[in-house]
Amino acid sequence: MKNLISERVADFIKNYPPFNVLDVKSLYLLAEQVLIIYKEKNSIVFSVDENPHAHFYLVHKGAVTLTNTTTNTIIDFCDEGDIFGLRPLIANENYKLEAKAHEECILYGIPIEVFRPIAKQNEEVSVFLMESFASNTRNPYSKNQKGQLYGFDVDSDKNKDVNIPDLQLANYSKKLISCSPRTTIQKAAELMTKKHIGSILVVSNELPVGIITDKDLRSKVISGKHPITATVRTIMTSPVITYPKKLTITQAQMAMMKSNISHLVITEDGTVNSKALGIMSKHDVMVSLGDNPAVLVKAIKRTQKVKQIKQLRKSVMILLSGYLEQNIPLGLIAKIISELNDTCIKQVVELSLAKMNEKPPVKFAWLALGSQGRSEQLLHTDQDNALVFENVPEAELPKTTAYFLELAKRVTKGLNTIGYEYCPADMMASNPKWCLSLQEWNNRLSYWISNPGPNEVLMSSIFFDYSLAYGERDLLDQMSEHIFRTVEKYPIFLVHIANGALQSPSPTGFFRQFVVEQDGQHKDFFDLKSRALRPLIDAARVLILSHSIKGISNTWERYEKLAELEPNNQELYMACSYATKALLKFRTRQGLLHHDSGRFIELEELTKQEKMKLKRTFKAIKEIQELITLRFKVANILG
Amino acid sequence: MALFSKKSKHLPAFWTNYENRFKEKIAADLNEITFVVLDTETTGFSFDEDRILSIGAVKIKHETIAVQEVLDIFLEQEKFNKDSVPVHGLLKNGQRNCISEINAMEQFLDYIGNAVIVAHHAGFDMGMLNMALNRNGLPNLKNKVLDTGVLYKRTLIKTYLIQPKTNYTLDELAEKFSISKKDRHTALGDAYITAVAFLKIISRLKEKRKFSVKKLLH
Repeated sequence: MKNLISERVADFIKNYPPFNVLDVKSLYLLAEQVLIIYKEKNSIVFSVDENPHAHFYLVHKGAVTLTNTTTNTIIDFCDEGDIFGLRPLIANENYKLEAKAHEECILYGIPIEVFRPIAKQNEEVSVFLMESFASNTRNPYSKNQKGQLYGFDVDSDKNKDVNIPDLQLANYSKKLISCSPRTTIQKAAELMTKKHIGSILVVSNELPVGIITDKDLRSKVISGKHPITATVRTIMTSPVITYPKKLTITQAQMAMMKSNISHLVITEDGTVNSKALGIMSKHDVMVSLGDNPAVLVKAIKRTQKVKQIKQLRKSVMILLSGYLEQNIPLGLIAKIISELNDTCIKQVVELSLAKMNEKPPVKFAWLALGSQGRSEQLLHTDQDNALVFENVPEAELPKTTAYFLELAKRVTKGLNTIGYEYCPADMMASNPKWCLSLQEWNNRLSYWISNPGPNEVLMSSIFFDYSLAYGERDLLDQMSEHIFRTVEKYPIFLVHIANGALQSPSPTGFFRQFVVEQDGQHKDFFDLKSRALRPLIDAARVLILSHSIKGISNTWERYEKLAELEPNNQELYMACSYATKALLKFRTRQGLLHHDSGRFIELEELTKQEKMKLKRTFKAIKEIQELITLRFKVANILG
Repeated sequence: MALFSKKSKHLPAFWTNYENRFKEKIAADLNEITFVVLDTETTGFSFDEDRILSIGAVKIKHETIAVQEVLDIFLEQEKFNKDSVPVHGLLKNGQRNCISEINAMEQFLDYIGNAVIVAHHAGFDMGMLNMALNRNGLPNLKNKVLDTGVLYKRTLIKTYLIQPKTNYTLDELAEKFSISKKDRHTALGDAYITAVAFLKIISRLKEKRKFSVKKLLH
């Protein structure tokens, strides 16, 4: 029976091979028999040695990883539109790989019984299948045409995570920006600035005749040798060095070193006598190698679409796990990864701004709150953010608010696309309560600080851990000023916030055993976040506030500052700083291992040594909590 | 007692069949439960005055929707409210194959059986369906009902300062969960959007400490 849903399914699958070559009738026949399957993140679609299902799968939403469980390597990563699990059905054998939902997924299950006759009749489909099976087994270059298929042979040696620069093809920019030899230098420079590029190709009759780079502009124009009104012909480097496409990373590197240049021109047949296809710069080579944060920052800044950032965030994760493996100090890792995350957020705001019909009516600031605000966010977590804009006359307020809410909606949606879940408490700038003018924020903060109940303490505590993600620092500073002035007027607030810092449940029980969750999905797991990390974070916040120190929001840096301010407690503070870093590292490792937030830990999986390490950090937690109880006399006032 | 005598006398066989299916107990395992996610398009919002134009429904079991097993029925209309046409794009007796109200109820009851009904702002759909049943001398539906509007709110963290909105529209849910709004405002299209939202809501509720199937269906 043809219906709306089958039309919807057909509409999607017709875009992807091999369904794109099917005639409309077969397409609908197939679509009507499809199962639409929802898979939670990390759930198994099929496991090794399982009998073949009656369906193979097409990813509609989300992503699926195919893993070889014996070597524990990820063989393929299937995105939207990719097929998997077909080969075992055709070969009539059990699954050889494990398929697991990498993200929350919607899959289409396509019945093999309906597909088989269609595939047999249609020659193009059979050819496609044979080619894909064949290329998946041997071709080391198959990255480009990434098979996107079928759980294939275990003996396949293709592994996408291994970068062998000798074999891997280097990417180059195919969007060629060029000018003619008669263009003036000024025009060319304007074009380069507009397109954010460091080099421009000079083309005559479609053939590449020369190239101008930033360096040429500096050494030949700014130095006064040539006026900006001269033509580019006078300063271009000519002839250009050309290469055919399919250049591997190593080849490209060698070519650049050999001629001592930083740009190669890719032409159709590899000579100057054919059409230019693109330019490969040193930067492109670095991105292809993909292990350098500076290159990633540059690549993120160049993105035109939010989806492209999502791809780059994957490289950030690879970088992170590499750092952890190499045991680089966590403080340093956190700095680099936070910087990369900040760049991503900034770029999302930039792209969203570009999509708005008008420029912002007044200045504004986008604030990162919570763990991102403390520069402690290593894994993808929820987004917590807020927006503040300059004060406007009352008559303008509704219009201005509407503008920024619209902007915030776009940004939060973009952040969601690149992997930040929406905040379940709706603490996001897209919420009208979190998108306010400076005056409105100040009123709200004053209220929270002067009427401290448990919720107010929680809310205002979020605002002590913020950082500027985008926009005017001045607005942020004014908010901080206001907070500190108000806190001075209401010293009791500190006692409340100190009390709040003692509310986290204890990590160990009476017999010094780990306290695990009693019920729910995480029964018998240890909650690392609320039992170990949060007490340390909360304690650092209240102590640093009591010293009226602004501008440090990172927890271990706060402890280091405290150690400096109170030499008699130096030992304890340093222990806390160390414990925070150790716990965060632990959490990040666990998170990467299980592909989740790393918050809940299965104790049985830990080694004796790891357990000892965890317990050592608990000693610091206990001592810092005692210090807070004594210093702020929490019991006396609230008891 | 009055209820008893009424039951055996006048009720048609398809109602008895429907009723008999409730002798089976609902499974305790979430994956074994059949959910029917439905939406109705109506001529308006009055239970007395307005009528159902179409019913769309999909079945979920094992977190899977079979495209083949969907319900998509259109009803013959005596009364026709011009105002609601632009919203649904459904013209009176348009090109669709329309059936009488009683036939629609027969098909509908046969389709749902003892499944758990899921709908967005379910109260309205249930009201319209029960009115249609009553008009044809049949009692109210006996199925358990879940409302995605209510369930979604349970996934949110409640704090005193940020109160969740009292009401979330299907459009808002679709946006939150990145579900395409294609075919919005057709009964089956809305039922599908609701179904995907429902699956995503359940997976988030399962994370919560106090989740149990029993409580969900209380």
